[in-house]
Amino acid sequence: MTPVAEAAARTSREASPAAQEPRPRFTDLVAAEWLKFRSLRSTAWSLAGAVLAVLAFNAGTAYDTYRYWRENDADGRARFVRDGIALQEAFNGNAMLVMMLAAGAVGALAVAGEHRTGLIRTTFAAVPARRPLLAAKVLVVAAATTVLGAAAAGLSFWLTQTILDGRGVGVPLGHPGAWRLVAASALLAPVSALTGMALGALLRHVGAALVAVFVLLLLLPGVLGDDRRWTAVAGHATPYQAWLRLAEAGEATTRYPWTVAGAWATLALWSLAAAVVAVVAVDRRDL
Amino acid sequence: MIEVHELTKRYGATTAVRGLGFRVRPGRVTGFLGPNGAGKSTTLRLILGLNTATSGRVTVDGRPFRDRPRGLRHVGALLDAGDVHGGHSARTHLRVLARGNGIPYARVDDVLAEVGLAEVARRRVGGFSLGMRQRLGIAAALLGDPPVLLFDEPLNGLDPEGVRWVRGLFRRLAAEGRTVFVSSHLMSEMEHTADDLVVIGRGELIAAESLAAFAARAGGGAVTVRTPDAAVLTPSLTAEGASVVPGDGGRLLVSGLDAARVGELALRHHVVLHELTTTTPSLEEAFMELTAADVQYAAGEAR
Repeated sequence: MTPVAEAAARTSREASPAAQEPRPRFTDLVAAEWLKFRSLRSTAWSLAGAVLAVLAFNAGTAYDTYRYWRENDADGRARFVRDGIALQEAFNGNAMLVMMLAAGAVGALAVAGEHRTGLIRTTFAAVPARRPLLAAKVLVVAAATTVLGAAAAGLSFWLTQTILDGRGVGVPLGHPGAWRLVAASALLAPVSALTGMALGALLRHVGAALVAVFVLLLLLPGVLGDDRRWTAVAGHATPYQAWLRLAEAGEATTRYPWTVAGAWATLALWSLAAAVVAVVAVDRRDL
Repeated sequence: MIEVHELTKRYGATTAVRGLGFRVRPGRVTGFLGPNGAGKSTTLRLILGLNTATSGRVTVDGRPFRDRPRGLRHVGALLDAGDVHGGHSARTHLRVLARGNGIPYARVDDVLAEVGLAEVARRRVGGFSLGMRQRLGIAAALLGDPPVLLFDEPLNGLDPEGVRWVRGLFRRLAAEGRTVFVSSHLMSEMEHTADDLVVIGRGELIAAESLAAFAARAGGGAVTVRTPDAAVLTPSLTAEGASVVPGDGGRLLVSGLDAARVGELALRHHVVLHELTTTTPSLEEAFMELTAADVQYAAGEAR
């Protein structure tokens, strides 16, 4: 809170009968939003379901490799690792799609769900300071989905490499590019969740927000190919392509190559922009 | 104290509230009356800063409500009993509100007991009846022990015992010196509860006064007379300028004269009276009469 608003709050406390009012604390809002978030059985189930689906996709692919293994010599095994396939199987494209959609939906529901039920009016009647409240919500959802993403990516890595170890081709976390893949995959969850929150705040309708999540996170990056310079650059600004870049083991082989740092920057800026939209969008709206 | 000054709210081409001005005073229950669509809910949302006024201003205890970082210790509000998440338990719903406002959880259990929901505190709100949701909404309004309370149609869905309890609660809150502002579209709900009335129709103020003043303004009453000699009495009454309408059971409904004058005339003409009663118009009738021109959605209206 600004010093001015705080001074005003002090004055009113002296004047109003609610003299025992404590100083408003942001941490109280975070605690309240966390309680609200974790108390919904539907949220817990969808998050658990998403993690299981991600694990199933990754482990399934690794198991296929294990089962239909044909490279019997040391040379073939070395090639498998060198080509980065072991790493690729640690977190594959299907798992990424599930993760983005699930996290995006959780974010969209966290905001649009309050509009649908009308809870948003109860919420803002209790806490008229809308921006701090939404900032608290953004913090809670981002933190929860980061943990979710870390669990899904970390467990996937461990599970797939353990399965591949059965053929002697699993790689450790110290393998070049391994940390980067796990971190990028984990961060995909909060990035998608924040996107969902921003769209939920703008559209205030659960169905519309879910469709928008799908279009913005998955459809659009697929359309923006690198056959033209501007579509390539626009594509590089999407989390989907940023993840692809970070998941790549070696140097990029595209017509318009970009750096790993650029891909990290895309994830960071995208998250920041989404968070700002989520906090500001509802500020002056009628509810 | 709630002060509404020249308040106007437009949504596109429709004007929900126009130039509204009134005060809601502490220590009294103020009924907020108007037909459906009159702008009551809009006004309440403007008071709470949920909607922004097109022009004019509204303050609660001297300040726009939206300027307060936390609201529950200043205004307790029940707008719509449905404004909850069905997946939360009653207790969680209240704990979330309490936590954000720095109110101890013990207070949550207190208000749940006060509204009679202690037994179902852990049940999901989605399974609650409308009456139970109303009680939960009232519990939320009481949470911060606020000096100002707003209720939008709080009696909907309550059983007769619940209605009695809510009325008693409003009286008690007002007696404690709080400002209690209760909206309704039924005068009968306010008749035995409100001290003051704010009446609006089509977004404009019709009346803002005490219940007694409103009743007085509603106009004179009628006198009911029962007599075996209606043939003699009727012309003598009409001769004095009264209008007489025969009612059921041999009764005459007399308007334009008070009961005392009717009695004098009967004595003068040696007419036996079996009944002589003054009937004041109900507040409901007064309300209907005043708002008749302003009903937005009248049934059977020619278009």
